[in-house]
Amino acid sequence: MGWLLALPFLLPIASGLLAFAARRNTGLARGISLLGCGLLLLVTAWIFASVSRQGPLVAQMGNWPAPFGITLVVDRLSAIMLLVTGLVGLAVGVFALADIDRRRERLGFQGFFQLLLAGVCGSFVTGDLFNLYVWFEVMLIASFALLVLGGERQQVDGGIKYVALNLVSTLLMLTAIGLVYGLTGTLNLADLHLAIAAQGESVAVNALAVLLIGAFGIKAALFPLFFWLPASYHVPPVAVTAVFAGLLTKVGVYALIRTFTLVFPADLEFAHNLLLVAALLTMLTGVLGAAAQYEFRRILAFHIISQIGFLVLGLALFTPLALAGAVFYMIHNIVAKTNLLLISGTVRRMAGSFELAQIGGVYRASPLMATLFFIAAFSLAGFPPLSGFWAKLLLVTASLEEASYWVAAVLLVTGALTLFSMSKIWAEAFWKEHPGGGALALAALGRPEQWQRVVPSLLLVLVTVAMGIYPEPLITFARDTADELLNPAGYIDAVLSQSPD
Amino acid sequence: METALAVLVGAMTATGVYLMLAPNLLRYLFGLILLSNAANLAIFAAGRLTRAVPPLVPEGLDVPPVPVANALPQAMILTAIVIGFGLLAFTLALVVSCYRQLGTLNSDTMRLAEPPAAGGEH
Repeated sequence: MGWLLALPFLLPIASGLLAFAARRNTGLARGISLLGCGLLLLVTAWIFASVSRQGPLVAQMGNWPAPFGITLVVDRLSAIMLLVTGLVGLAVGVFALADIDRRRERLGFQGFFQLLLAGVCGSFVTGDLFNLYVWFEVMLIASFALLVLGGERQQVDGGIKYVALNLVSTLLMLTAIGLVYGLTGTLNLADLHLAIAAQGESVAVNALAVLLIGAFGIKAALFPLFFWLPASYHVPPVAVTAVFAGLLTKVGVYALIRTFTLVFPADLEFAHNLLLVAALLTMLTGVLGAAAQYEFRRILAFHIISQIGFLVLGLALFTPLALAGAVFYMIHNIVAKTNLLLISGTVRRMAGSFELAQIGGVYRASPLMATLFFIAAFSLAGFPPLSGFWAKLLLVTASLEEASYWVAAVLLVTGALTLFSMSKIWAEAFWKEHPGGGALALAALGRPEQWQRVVPSLLLVLVTVAMGIYPEPLITFARDTADELLNPAGYIDAVLSQSPD
Repeated sequence: METALAVLVGAMTATGVYLMLAPNLLRYLFGLILLSNAANLAIFAAGRLTRAVPPLVPEGLDVPPVPVANALPQAMILTAIVIGFGLLAFTLALVVSCYRQLGTLNSDTMRLAEPPAAGGEH
């Protein structure tokens, strides 16, 4: 069993190393990378199926019993995150064939892309705080490389801000880990739950909670720590932005959910209030920042921030329904947001720019692309019967149940402003006439590029629509996930009682 | 000994943060290096300090007979040093490339990716 749980990160590491070694033979590197993405999706689907059938899967690395060795654990939350990572990995992997130029491929794009997936998957399967730090670093170094690969002046400018602020997050996390170890003598997440509970509500526990909110908050782009994101997400090629937007910030949110449900006790008032205020301000500042932008990708980048607020809000309310809402929203958002960025790349290819003032006429050139954007954008804004509607419904219901009317109000206002930004893009890029010459038709791109650009978007839109018209299975799953998160006894039993096999 | 280390970590953190407040990127990088080493020392101190007793188990015993140095934080610091070295080397290379391409290390004047006129929020 053990090696199967390690596959989600072993596979991309292996295909990443091979693809990097073969980077000068771009055809071979592409083949290896695509094969890696395909296998990753299969493995994650298999893990997802077995976890939803039989509960948490646990493996002790090197046969050291927990809490002494490194434990790999996949519970429902990890399983669905892995599955959606596999999906996004494959979609972006295919899109990158059309989007990434030969020069960047020769510099090793495929290798770094796989390494990034390895870091993301590793963060989801690990059950050890220090190991989580190591996976964060794997993810970080791969994202550094992807961001500045190609070395254009804009990329260096955005890259330096991304690197500078993310390194601070790393150091905060490292310090927090040192202090956690000094306080409890353990770093296994399940064991930490027991050790921190034994501490009671002390100053030290609150300080650690705030340090970790700082560390993961920078990763997740939480207000007021998000400034690296709008400075850097629009500088690399679109395929890179898409995978960053889909996965990187969500790993930060995952780490927040994991630590605040498993490690810290449920009655940590101060930290939960801090998260609640930060979440509301994140939602508002993100969506207002987007309203002021007139560049396709920068609008989407600010919306990433706004939607991180929704996810953290679900955690901060800390009720079963709110957490279920956060899980549903996370899955919906990863799929819709990645897709919107992929579409923005295709629109740029057809109309020639990301600046809304300089483009237009995409609806006339390709009704298919327009429809894909329409579905993804209105799902993001929360229109029934698309996936975003159910996600938002769960969160609004959860806040009304708690009688937090102002929270519900902020949720709805943010939704309305999201709709404003999406209709701005629709009107400018798709509806109005192209200011010069008109947009290229999809067919003009040539057959392979056309397929490589449209198929991933189509796949992700189908997932969005399926989640929208038939949400019941995912809502049930999200509710089960929330129950599992709020009653961590099963997780802890699974980790600590399992003898090495 | 713990007190001395705590003071040292505090001093290094303070110096690091002070350097990071400067607009010059090279100073920022030096601040990061100090901060990263302060974090490593903090982990080291968190593992409790014992003098001159290496964590070796004599033959025939399952556990060491006397309290020994804690090997786990040292392993963690070693990992953190290696990772930190890689990250900081990358950052230094990026700063050099930044200087070559943008002609400045002053973060206030680096507005290429976010031109002041384009974004309404500034």
